[in-house]
Amino acid sequence: MRKSILLGTLLSSVAAAQAQDVTIYTYESFTAEWGPGPQVEKAFEAKCDCDVTFVSAADGVALLNRLRLEGGNTDADLVLGIDQNLIAEAKAEGFFAPHGMDIEAAAVPGGWSDDVFVPYDYGYFAIVYDTQKIDTPPSSMEELLNGDVSNKIAIQDPRTSTPGLGLMLWIKKLYGDDAPEAYAKLNDRILTITPGWSEAYGLFTDGEVPMVLSYTTSPAYHMIAEDNDRYQAAAFSEGHYMQIEVAGLTKKGAENPKAKEFLSFVVSPEFQDIIPETNWMLPAAATSKPLNPVFDKLVQPDNALLYSSDDVALNRKDWVAEWLEVMSR
Amino acid sequence: MKHTKPYQGLGLALPPLALFLLAGLALGAIIALVVFAVLGGSQVDVIDIATDTVVWRIIRFTLWQAALSTLLSALFAIPVGFLLFEYKHFYGRELLLRLFAIPLVLPQIVAVLAIVSLYGNQGFVTQALKQAGLPIGTIYGLSGILIAHVYFNMPLVARVILGALNAMPAEYERLSHQLNMGPLQRLRHICWPYMRPALFNASALVFMLCVTSFTVVLTLGGGPRATTLEVGIYQALTFDFDIPRAVVLTVMQLALTAFAVYMFARAGGNIDAGMTLERTRPLLIKHKASQIILAVVVLGVAALFVASPFVAIFAKGIAADLIKLFGQSAVQKAIMTSFVLGALAACLCIAVTLALCEGAVRAGFMQGAYSHAASLVLVVPPIVIAAGWFILLRPFVSIYEAAPYLVVSVNAAMALPFAMRFVLPARQTAAQRHDRLCAQLGIQGFDKWRLVLLPVMIKPLSVGFAFAFALSLGDLGVIALFGSEKVQTLPYLILQRMGSYRTNDAAGLALILCVFTLAILMFADRSSVSLKDKK
Repeated sequence: MRKSILLGTLLSSVAAAQAQDVTIYTYESFTAEWGPGPQVEKAFEAKCDCDVTFVSAADGVALLNRLRLEGGNTDADLVLGIDQNLIAEAKAEGFFAPHGMDIEAAAVPGGWSDDVFVPYDYGYFAIVYDTQKIDTPPSSMEELLNGDVSNKIAIQDPRTSTPGLGLMLWIKKLYGDDAPEAYAKLNDRILTITPGWSEAYGLFTDGEVPMVLSYTTSPAYHMIAEDNDRYQAAAFSEGHYMQIEVAGLTKKGAENPKAKEFLSFVVSPEFQDIIPETNWMLPAAATSKPLNPVFDKLVQPDNALLYSSDDVALNRKDWVAEWLEVMSR
Repeated sequence: MKHTKPYQGLGLALPPLALFLLAGLALGAIIALVVFAVLGGSQVDVIDIATDTVVWRIIRFTLWQAALSTLLSALFAIPVGFLLFEYKHFYGRELLLRLFAIPLVLPQIVAVLAIVSLYGNQGFVTQALKQAGLPIGTIYGLSGILIAHVYFNMPLVARVILGALNAMPAEYERLSHQLNMGPLQRLRHICWPYMRPALFNASALVFMLCVTSFTVVLTLGGGPRATTLEVGIYQALTFDFDIPRAVVLTVMQLALTAFAVYMFARAGGNIDAGMTLERTRPLLIKHKASQIILAVVVLGVAALFVASPFVAIFAKGIAADLIKLFGQSAVQKAIMTSFVLGALAACLCIAVTLALCEGAVRAGFMQGAYSHAASLVLVVPPIVIAAGWFILLRPFVSIYEAAPYLVVSVNAAMALPFAMRFVLPARQTAAQRHDRLCAQLGIQGFDKWRLVLLPVMIKPLSVGFAFAFALSLGDLGVIALFGSEKVQTLPYLILQRMGSYRTNDAAGLALILCVFTLAILMFADRSSVSLKDKK
């Protein structure tokens, strides 16, 4: 690509940073004080005798876009936090190098075999409901679509939000060509469609709406951090759509042995122990000790639903347009 | 107006320079994105985007909701601004004026949730009305968008109107009372000519703010029926990473808004300040009881409307563990960062505002550019500016080091249209009253500022400064791309905590942000009064 050559010549001095240090691009909630970042940094620095620097972008999409704006000439050795939907697009840009690792340790439902990205956690999208307002939550997507329209739900917009995209793919996966009819039914139950997760979840915890699109792990936060079991996730019999978060080596990072070391650290028990109660997602490899018992109370989907990232890359625009068409009526 | 002496040196160069820098901030980003896209081999079919029916449906809705929001804000603001001018001394007036700045500071998500807690389906007002047997419909849809936009913008328009009326020769008001004119006559014959330019000018600003509305429109609009071009631009630059499309949509948004701003400016017209003595002794006015009751009702409704979301924020915030929050080093640092960035941005903003005002009062074909075009920077989405400058700066400097400078520059630019609306009318009035005399007496440069302009402009300058300060605290559009570790402001912390289940902390921080802003406004008011007394 021409742009990378142009920027590359300008950047040669910057790129020659110390090979001992590891620069990791990730999303903001990872590096928050209460996020996994600080603990991960401490644990790895103690092992590798190197300096780990996190650089954060708003979310996984912003991460990939940052790489694109950098034209392939990045400061990052590793990128941690894009999700499986973006893998195909990320690979097509050619910024990443194969990990060349044995990643049998990675244990996400449905297995993992990607040669570039390593999963570090995963979660399931779910409808989280307020037990004080809803006695019998929907037990399937079908029930949600056909249920009482006076019990509203807040969802997110797939044009601007990852969970929003997740729900759209979830319905598409279940209903295929009949998805537009399903969207239309869902539309009757929707209170509002917010640009991001925070607005929808804020409406939910404020009591404005009794159901919200979130994750199966959301109740774990309330039960562990707030000792509050008021909010629970509804188990859907058709299965739940997954989100898998992955890390990958950039081409720059492939030359840095410490970066490779970090990537194998990601699937080690030491890293995985940190994830559940800081990132509020499920570990993607073995932990050294059992999870907090609260995690056993969470919805455990029988069926993990997922499109391949190639399918998503190929169809996302059309599917979003289809969604938009129905929801704009 | 003819000048006996041409401006020289710095004085001559500063206004065009300020305009150039401002235009460069927006256009530089757009050009950078275009070059990046072209080098990257992107194809763009402008015709295809410009004739897309979906795009035009979005444009139609964008303009429709913006026009309605502007109209309602203006209609509400006229009586409020006029009555605030008529009644200069009543208990709580200063507090009310300061509260009027709060909506602009709040991160949109905080304001939206506060509005929902009042007017939402489970909201306080909705439930109270239901109990009273007056059920109202759902706010999700156009009504919700309008409520939120009027909440954000009515106070702004009212304050701009009040500023313009304060610049009116005081003799006019005195005379109108001597002539025993009623309030309606005064409004129509005395105040309206002074209000009109300010009203349309403020309306143009409100229109721009509503055109670019994002969180409000999506969240309260209820679904993608309600979508603005800004959402399309965001989508194009994030999920789709379709830079050509983002640029085309941005340019369309700029063109449509520029046209609207031009129409507003035409409709507003100008007013001659007249050669007068400016100060008269305060006059004792007796209002009829019926007038006072009406004023109490109108101002009471306005105060309730603006203050109630703040009360909701207060109630939620006070429930948070404020002591623990204050103890967190991240919070202390964020307060400091917000303060420093806000102060720097406000200083820069006022400096550029003064330069642009100079340009605007020097007659010439560029007058319109100085007074109006500068505002258009608001219509370029922050994400476009951030992406463009990221590409421009990254090859030459460390992005992390550049982040604070860019945040200050962009915040100053975004606050500029607000500050202009307070400062420009005062500067124009001062120009008409004093510039010729100054030219005759050979008073110019720094002396002119110190001796002539500052004393008569200190009040609007301090209001402009306070608004710029407050706005800069609330903005976070540009930080995202540049790595946020360096620049964690209070609004940033609020969003961060809301994004990770910590809604109580976020509520506490929102309260801190509000109180912090009120304190700044109070300080600005005080210091301007004491400065004025010294003169």
